[in-house]
Amino acid sequence: MDAILFYAAAALAVIFGLLGSPFIAALQVIVYAGAIMVLFLFVLMLLNVKREADAPGRGARTLGAVAVVLVALLFAQAGAVLVRAEPGPAPAFDASTRRMAEILFSPQFLYVFEATSILILAALVGAIALAKKEL
Amino acid sequence: VDQASFVQHAVLLSLVLFALGTLGVFLRKNVITVLMSIELMLNGANLAFVAFSRAAGTLDGQVLVFFVMVVAAAEAAVGLAIVIALHRHRDTLDIDAFNVMKG
Repeated sequence: MDAILFYAAAALAVIFGLLGSPFIAALQVIVYAGAIMVLFLFVLMLLNVKREADAPGRGARTLGAVAVVLVALLFAQAGAVLVRAEPGPAPAFDASTRRMAEILFSPQFLYVFEATSILILAALVGAIALAKKEL
Repeated sequence: VDQASFVQHAVLLSLVLFALGTLGVFLRKNVITVLMSIELMLNGANLAFVAFSRAAGTLDGQVLVFFVMVVAAAEAAVGLAIVIALHRHRDTLDIDAFNVMKG
């Protein structure tokens, strides 16, 4: 499962690149294929998990039905949108790292951008506090 | 690559990714697998953002993807720390074993 998610993240980075978004593609490789996957692998290694039975338990049938209904709703709604959409010629598009930086550091997003650093710091402190020995 | 149809295919792929993530969240019983499925759903949403940003020719979607990635990283860090704490208390990763708050 971990390897599958890794390949999915890496392949998505290629698709982002093909969609003309080199900045997001690089971010995808660094954040997902790099940081998050390593975090998952690290936890799997740390916990030394045994192979557990993954048989569906009580209520799995109901949960499965709910999930299938939700997925069907999603596909119906998005399918309706996609059918009605008329794809015209793609407009000119410049998502270079320079343009992204100009937008991220513009007054519109500057404070949100700075707030993310506080979010990351809070997540850092929270993760350390949660994973500490005595809780 | 023909960008217009490529955008449509990318949106379809994002739907598939999100659906697979949803099914994983609902059907899997291992906490770590459920967390991975959530990451897959976030990836699908990101792909939709990028595809529609490409189709519209604006960069707002890309900025949104940036922030989604930041939140995903924070979520993974805190979520995995919670998994470690849970495993320490119950010695299992079975999602049905954590039912103290169940009414």
